[in-house]
Formats: sequence, structure tokens, C-alpha cells
Amino acid sequence: MSMVNVTINGTKHQFEAGMTVLEACRKIGIEIPTLCHLKNLAPSGSCRICVVEVEKARTLVPSCAFPIAEGMVVRTNTERIRQARKMIVELLLANHPSDCLNCNRSLTCELQKLAMEYEAEHKPHMKAKRHHAIDASSPSLVRDPDKCIICGRCVRVCEEVQGVGAIDFTKRGFESIVLPAFNDDLADTICVNCGQCIKVCPTGALSENFSVKDVIDALNDKDKVVVCQVAPAVRVALGETFGVDEDNVAPLLVDALHRIGFNYVFDTNYAADLTIMEEGTELVTRLTTGGVLPMITSCSPGWIKFIEHFYPQMLPNLSTCKSPQQMQGALIKSYWAKKMKIDPKNVFNVSIMPCTAKKFEAQRPEMEVDGIRDVDVVLTTREVGKLLRAFDVELEACTKTEFDNPLGEASGAGAIFGATGGVMEAALRTGYKLVTGKELDTIDIEAARGFEGVKEATVQVGDIPLSIAIASGLANARKVLDAVISGQKKYHFIEIMACPGGCLNGGGQPTHFDVEALRKRLAKIYAIDKAAKIRRSHDNESVKTLYAEFLQKPNSPVSHKYLHTHYHARPEKC
Amino acid sequence: MSAMHTSKHPASKLAFNRRLTREEISSGALAKQLENLLDRNPAKTVVYVGLGTCGLASGGQRVWNRLEERKSKGEIDVVLKKTGCIGYCQQEVMVDVKKPGKPRVSFANVDVARIDKIIDSYIKGDTLPTEFVTGVSESYPEGPEFQIPADWKGVKAFKDLPYFKKQKRVVLKNCGTLDPDSIDEYIAKDGYKALTKVLDMTPRAVVDEIKASGLRGRGGGGFPTGSKWEFAFNQPGPQKYIVMNADEGDPGAFMDRSVLEGDPHRVIEGMAIGGFAIGANHGYIYCRAEYPLAIEKLERAIADARSYGLLGKNILGTNFEFDLTIKKGAGAFVCGEETALLASIEGKRGMPKPRPPFPAVQGAFNKPTVINNVETFANVPEIIRNGAAWFAAMGTPRSKGTKVFALTGKVKLSGLIEVPMGITLREIIFDVGGGILNDRGFKAAQIGGPSGGCLPTQCLETAIDYDSLIEAGAMMGSGGLVVMDDQTCMVDVARFFINFTRSESCGKCIPCREGIARLQEMLEKVVEAPETETGNMALERMKAVIDLRKTCELIRDTAACGLGQTAPNPILSTLRYFKEEYEAHIYDRKCPAGRCKSLLRYMVDPKSCIGCGICKKKCPNAAIVGEIKHAHYIVAEKCVRCGVCFEACPKKAISCS
Repeated sequence: MSMVNVTINGTKHQFEAGMTVLEACRKIGIEIPTLCHLKNLAPSGSCRICVVEVEKARTLVPSCAFPIAEGMVVRTNTERIRQARKMIVELLLANHPSDCLNCNRSLTCELQKLAMEYEAEHKPHMKAKRHHAIDASSPSLVRDPDKCIICGRCVRVCEEVQGVGAIDFTKRGFESIVLPAFNDDLADTICVNCGQCIKVCPTGALSENFSVKDVIDALNDKDKVVVCQVAPAVRVALGETFGVDEDNVAPLLVDALHRIGFNYVFDTNYAADLTIMEEGTELVTRLTTGGVLPMITSCSPGWIKFIEHFYPQMLPNLSTCKSPQQMQGALIKSYWAKKMKIDPKNVFNVSIMPCTAKKFEAQRPEMEVDGIRDVDVVLTTREVGKLLRAFDVELEACTKTEFDNPLGEASGAGAIFGATGGVMEAALRTGYKLVTGKELDTIDIEAARGFEGVKEATVQVGDIPLSIAIASGLANARKVLDAVISGQKKYHFIEIMACPGGCLNGGGQPTHFDVEALRKRLAKIYAIDKAAKIRRSHDNESVKTLYAEFLQKPNSPVSHKYLHTHYHARPEKC
Repeated sequence: MSAMHTSKHPASKLAFNRRLTREEISSGALAKQLENLLDRNPAKTVVYVGLGTCGLASGGQRVWNRLEERKSKGEIDVVLKKTGCIGYCQQEVMVDVKKPGKPRVSFANVDVARIDKIIDSYIKGDTLPTEFVTGVSESYPEGPEFQIPADWKGVKAFKDLPYFKKQKRVVLKNCGTLDPDSIDEYIAKDGYKALTKVLDMTPRAVVDEIKASGLRGRGGGGFPTGSKWEFAFNQPGPQKYIVMNADEGDPGAFMDRSVLEGDPHRVIEGMAIGGFAIGANHGYIYCRAEYPLAIEKLERAIADARSYGLLGKNILGTNFEFDLTIKKGAGAFVCGEETALLASIEGKRGMPKPRPPFPAVQGAFNKPTVINNVETFANVPEIIRNGAAWFAAMGTPRSKGTKVFALTGKVKLSGLIEVPMGITLREIIFDVGGGILNDRGFKAAQIGGPSGGCLPTQCLETAIDYDSLIEAGAMMGSGGLVVMDDQTCMVDVARFFINFTRSESCGKCIPCREGIARLQEMLEKVVEAPETETGNMALERMKAVIDLRKTCELIRDTAACGLGQTAPNPILSTLRYFKEEYEAHIYDRKCPAGRCKSLLRYMVDPKSCIGCGICKKKCPNAAIVGEIKHAHYIVAEKCVRCGVCFEACPKKAISCS
């Protein structure tokens, strides 16, 4: 790689050719502010907050989009730059509601932060404001266009990372705004509810459809038995909101949830183990009886809505298993309620998820058994932070407590569901046993790990050279599916997660746009697996008991009644 | 050719049903063969009707129909021809009549009644109705020095008319004289000779020739065309593109439209030469959909060029391949910006992209792309045919050639003009344009469209070239030139252009999207006077005034594209030259030109008022009180400043300040 000499703020530096001015500055510790910049995506250069002076350039240049060149002289901290940035922030504030005090993004809002840093002033003579109604039609997402600063991050993530394109810029000039096509309600669009847009939104323009209030109401209701389940990826991210840096905050969270009034706290990892038993068996059946292949995982509700919209012809390839959230919900209200002699109608089932699409999934008409809804309310990781704060509970001060049983025991295989490739790895650990009757020699399947968007491998399972693919991020899912449809690729089993990197980067996770944070979460997930007493789903004693007492055997008619479902094609507009 | 069958228009009647050869074009044999088409020596009377958009809008079709009707009845034995616009738009519909042995004479403002008179007295008879005559254009075969008959009293040659005297026609050479639907006429006038010539040259030599000519982009920025071509030439192939920007969007500008309507083959030839030079085998014409006639002419021209083997594969028997696609723009001003235009061609929302990479490196579909304006391409065949030196001899040291302007506003003769670079503003307005309408005083010339600036009297001697205009606070722009008289309020003018860019901003970058809207808000505060100032209104107005220049400078310094960066120019240039007018609005709350209604105050002079009550009766808002035979009074709070009382007062007792 050739090196380029650049002078930044009077000091000479060498950088690799091809970097942008922003990257170069950040490398030497100059934190240039940005609003529209997204790492790994093509620069948009729309917010102009990152402007710097480049000698001989007529105007200020956007550092995020400007490549360095030999001999370039850059200044990042002149009065001209500070004034420009300040005025840009003031222009944004003039067209922004001043309700920071009760905005859900207060203190995590990037605009608020810049307003403070640049001491932006109120401009009383700037009166005109754009106004659009809040769109709360979707069970997962809420759009408040008045808070939108039209940076376009959501548009780019939706289009480029997720391959969906549910929202885009509309209108021109001062009236420009990001909207779904024809200003349709978000619920009626191709939005798959993945919530990646929320994670990149610098302001409060995009958020989940909050359910904290519903949970508090349930907790206050004396007639309700309030139970909850905690998803695998929540425990590696929630700590960030509370400043607790532990591999696994689940034991603290269990106590915290007990403290605020949850009667029972279960582990979704248990249902993840169960999913492996069901899905693994389904795969083996399909492999041995000539079923539809490749089989594709069905854990990710964003992915489910995506395939319903865009690849309905591939629906038969989808595993019929419900997601772990729904399996756990169905079992709580059947197996467990019966065991505890509680009327399932009085059980209020909360699930704590790293995901906004889970909110949509929970209210799908398919997700009930005999008129009893599997899950009543879904909280995101961010919401559970708010809930605990509302009850004055500090995570750090809680006592480590085990999940309640019998739906609380889980293997390490269940834990890795939170990362891309985790379902595949867990399924292989069990599938190998199901096919060969023996255990895998190496339990860590490195080919399935890591943040790469598409991973492929061939794993010898008995006589079968099992060809697998793992995709995370729906644009990557498109690539894999298109290759399968065109016949270019042949797989037996495909894992697809809607969010890039899997659930640890889910749309309901703490709003940090930080690749380092993701790496940390990933390391924590595998640490939990490594530390687990059992690491294979089929070794989970509680799951074995469940089959003995209730389900009989994997893919039995009882299993099908409670744990399996079917999906349907959706038109572009639904 | 199959392409011809897909065309919506009836197939052209072509002189040949075959592909042309290089030799017959370059030797001039073909031009000679087709010469009779130009009616250089007509045995019959030829009648030309200007049917560009301006002609059609003035009722040209009715005149044409009338001529056809009378011809079909056998009343006249003439050849009827359609032409584009000669530039004298104010005088449309223009009809030219060329009788054998007589000069070609142009009649102005022709309607059905007038064409009947012309037919009866001149075409059928031999008496020229001189009162309808504008002038005499170049006549063939007699040549430019052809004597005007002595009995044509007062009739002048076009070249002697003040409007044409200082013009130099390169780009508009054929506009208004050739039939734009006839490729044969274009070839007869040495058309496609330049393309034939470059096929014998190396691409490098073509790029060098354009570089040597000093041609600069006519779309506004003035980037040297040859350098642009060179960048693209140096990029690795195989796929490159040529794009013509025909998304003319400046208010009041119609240069490109006239060229496309009047001489479409010229730009097609220019694009093909560009394609040969940089190694592109395909070109896009990005033309706004609001120019249906231009698109129709282009479609026909492209189809005809294909059937002559001047477009498509193996052009003129060589290995050179080049073809064109017309892409209609949906009317967004920002799509005149290169990268937004490319996004639009790719089917995306027309929003600019960060540069670098520049289009010459990574343009349409991420391939090296040269984008030039219509007028730029129109110059190319002339440069190739006559040589770079010929072109470089015109104009100033740094701005070569000519420039087409759409001369409009408060000027006596408005229309399309082409003048050599370096001509002064005064010459354009007072010599070509004939001075200010109604002989009022000159106040300013707005040059360069919404991105340009307003130049005052002290800039009248400014030479029209890229650099002098920028120095003066305006810019060449694509060629809009609006003349304003002393009744124009400069704050109002700035507000007009800011309103335009406010609604035409693509909304991508914050300074342009939010900033321009705030500029508009600030200007509103300056020109609006509320009935009573309450609360902090005065303070806010002052704050707005303080922020006005700062906001302008922010936008200029940080906006993402040329549209945004130049959008504050109308304010900055008026602030520079007409500061006192802003001050009058802000401090005295008065509009010196009397245009800003909200600042006007109508008052009755009690001494002159005779109490007739006419004003009271006419006032639409019952704002005037008073008894008969007593002086009346205007209640300022109720007055809507319509001016009806001012007009109605028989004693001129009502004044306006």
C-alpha cells in the first residue's frame, strides 16, 4: 500500500492512499463530528458537519467524502470551520422540535450533543417548520418526521445494508422528507421491522413502538402472573446502558426483574435449545426423505417478513419451527401453566428481545394456540433499560440469580443464537449426533463464526457432505437466495439473520453505532458458550424432561401444535 | 432501419435510401448534390415559417395552416418550409418569403390576417408591404451583398439591423434558416463534414484540437472542454459515455431549446465527435420533458442519422460505433448539476454526489463520462471544420468564441442573441437590445440565472467573459440575461430567485435545504411590514438582517453542489451593489422602487382632496373614510395597497410613499 503525505493542522503525517480526510483525521485522534457518515457505506456528504479546510479548495470540503492526496494541507479547527458547523447545527435546530426534555433520545441524541459542543444559539427569527404526523402504525417502529434531520442514514441502511428500501427521500427543497412511498403507513409497506434504521438515526425520529407502559400496567395488575423471557443477545449488550462490563449480565437481570415484580424469569436460550431439537430433526427428516432443500432457518422475524415480501417462492424452504421467542411463549402458557396450575389467561408473557421485529412477530395472527397468544408484550433491550430505571433499579447493585426453572436451563448452544452463525453451529452440534449417533470432535465450528456477511462451508456429517451457508444482513440474504434460485449454488441448510452480525446487532439493542461494541458483544457470546456447563442442545436435561412429560418427541403432533407454524406470501403492499 | 420504425413520428423523406460514405461527404460532392434543397436558386417562391416553440406559441401553426389552405386551393404556387427560431422571438410569428430574383425578406408578427395581406400583395402581386417587414436576411444565390431593390423603401438587411449588427452567429448559424427536420439540408450546409474529418484523425488529436480552441463549458461553470475530454480520454475503457446536458432550467433561458429545435443535427454531430475523442460508444441526451418539440426534433434527427450510417455501428464505414439515447428529465432544476443528472439517468432520485470522483473518472453507471452542455457540443463541429485557431481568434484571451444569451426583461428587443465573448454589457443591452423599454432608466442586468448576480450601471462596461463576470459578482451561467429598469426593486428580485432555488433545492445537504429557506424568510421580513409591530418583531427583523450575509456565506462555503453554492449570489450581488436599497427597506421601511406592496403607504393630501368620494366608492376594502366635500382619509390598517384610489382620484390628491 502506497503512502501519502498529508499535513493536518500544521503537523505532517503519512497515511495509506485511498483514505478519506475523515479517516485520516480520526486515525490521529482528531474527532471530526459527523451526522450522515456511516462506516463501510459509500459517503453521502449530505450533512456538511464534517467540513474541513483543504488548501486550494474554493469551499470547505466534506471530510467524509474527500480522499486524501499527496501534499494535501488540511485544517480542521479554524474559526471558519467552527462557525460553519455551528450555523449548520443552528439551521437544524430551527427546524426541530424543542422537546429534548421528553424526547426518548435525550442524552443519546447526536444533534443534541453537537448543539452543546458548538454552543448553538436559538434563532427566534427562523420560524417556518416542516410538520408531518407521527406514524405509529407499525407494531415495531414509530416515525416522528418532525425530528428527522434528513441525514439519510436510515435510507441508506434500509436500501444498501438491508436491501429493502422501505423509505426514501421525497419532495424537494425545504419540504424534503424521508417517507415510505406515497406516504403510506409504515405498517402497510415492505418494511420488515428490523429496526436497523433506529440504530443509525442520530435523533429521535425513529424509535421502537414503546411497550414499557403496558408492562408496568401488567406488573400493577394483581390478577396477572407476569413472567418474562430473556433473549440470548440481550445479556451481552444491556450492560452497556448501565456501565456494567460483564460477559453475561443475565444473572443480574434476573434479580432486577424479580425486584420490579416479575413473578418468573425464564431463559429464551432454553427455547433456543428446543428449536435446535425441532429444527435439527426437521433438517434430518428433509435430508433423508427427500424434503425441500435447502432448508432455511426461521428464527429471525425480520427475515421472515422479507422472504414473504420478496421471495415467496422460497417459503417451502423455510423451517416450520416458530422462533425461540414464540416457542418459549407457547410453552409458558401451556406446559408450564398447566404444571403450575395457573390459568394461562392470567399469565402475562413479556419477552425481552434485542429486536424490534419481534414486536411484529408477537402479534402475528399465527402466533397463538387455542386462542391463547404465545407472547403478550415484547420489550427491546433499550426498553428494558428504561423499565429498570423507572423502578430505580441499578443493574450493578443486583445479586446474581439463576433463571427460574424448568424453562431456565440452557446450553451454550442456545447462547450462541445471539450471533450470526450461532444457529448453524448449534444445529450442527446436535444434527451430527442425530445423524451419526456420535458427538462432533471439535465443538467450536470456526467456519460459522465472525462478522462476514456471507459464510459458506461444507461439513461432513456421517455420509453427507453437508453444504451450508450463513448470511446476516438482508442484502446478503438476497445474494445467497439469488444464487440458490439461479442454480449457481446448492446448499442443504442456510441460516439467515436479518440484522448484520446477527441478534447482537439487533434493531432493539442499545443505540450505538460502533463496530468495536459489536466485536465486544460477539466475544461475550462465545465466552458464555465456552463457560457453559453443557454446550449441546441435546444434552439439556430440562429439554429432555419436556419431551418426556409433554411433547413426546421432536416434530411430534404435539410439537407441531405448539412449536411450528406456517408463513404466507405478502404483496409489495400489504 | 429498425430504429426508424420505432420512432413515433412519420418517417422522414430522405434524399438517399442508403448509408453515406466518407468520401462523398468530405469531398463536398454530397453537399453540392443537395444544394438545391437550400433553394439557393429557386424557380419557385419559397415561404419559410418559424415554427419553433416561440413561433408555435405565437400562433405559427395557424399561419402555416392558412398558407397550406391557400396553396391547396391553387391560389399560390409556393414551396412551404418550416424553420426553427432565428432569435427574434419578440417578432414571432416570422415568415420569410424568397421570390426568384428577389432577396429573402422577413415579415414580423404575422397572423392569419397579415399572411393573407402578404400573400395577396407580395406573393401573388409584386408590392412589398414594407410596414410588415423586419428586414432582409442572407439571400442565395445572390449572396450577402445582394442589392435590396430600390423600391423597397426603408427595408434593411438583417446584418445592418442593430439587433444583428453586433451578433456573431456560430452556434445559431442554421437556426431559423434550415429545416430542422431535414438531415439533407444540414448536410448541404456542410453538416457531418466535421465528423468525417475526425474519423481520419486520432482521438488524441481531436482532444488536442478542442483543447487548443480554448472552448469552455457553456453550461455555466466554464470548465475547459478539452481538459474534460482529456480526463475521460485518459481513463481505461472499454465502456465510456458522452452525456449532453439539455436540462435547461434557468428562469427565462431558452438557448438550448432553440438550438435543439432549430439545428438538432449540429449537437448530434458534436456528441459523436466527443464520443470518438474519448472512446465512448454511447451517449445520453438528458433533455427536460418540458421541451416536447426539441425531443421530437432530436428523435427524428437521430433516426435519420442512423439510416445514413452517421450513428450506430460502423459509422461511415469505419469501426467507430456511437449511438444515442434520449432521457427525459422530470423537471428538477438540480438535474442540471452533473452528478444529479447522472443519478437521474441511472433512474435514481436526482441528487448530487460528492466529487471526487469526478464524472470523467466515474460517471454514468460508474463509467468515465463526459457531460457537456448543448451549446458546447454545438460549437464542436465548427471548431473541427474550421480549426482551433479560427475559434480561438474570437473572444478574449481566456474566453474564446461566442456566447448565446436569452435576452429578456425590460429591453426593447428581446430574444435569442449570439455575441462574441468580450462584448460589453452595454453593447448587449443598448446596441443589440435597443435600450430599455419605454426609454426608462437602466438599473441592473441579472446574468447567469438563479446562480448569477445583478450587475448595476457601473458594471455596464464589464466585458462578457467567464472571469470578468465572476469578478463582478455574477457568472456566465447558461446564458440567461434579464434586464431591469428603474422600477425594479432589487430586494424583490433577490427574493424571486431565492424562492426559485428554495423550491428547486434537492433537499440533500443541510446548508442548501435549510439555509435557503431561512434566507427567504429573512427577505420576507425585510419586504413585509405588519400592520402593527408587536412583541419582538423589530428585533427579530434586525436579527434576520444580521444573519442574512452570514447565512449566505455559509451556504456558499458548505453546500454540496453548484446549485447550493451559488444560490446566495442573487442576495450577495444585490447587497454589494444595492445596499442602500436594502437599508431603505430595513430602516426606513420603504421600497424605493415601489414594488414591495407591504411597505407602501397611500395617503390623501387633505389640501388637494375635493371630497368627491370616488376613491371611497372604489376602495375594495372600505379603507377610506370621509364626508362628501370634505377631505378623505385612508385608514392604513385596512388599506390593502391595491392602488385603485391612486388611479381613480381625479385630482391626483392621493400619493404613495
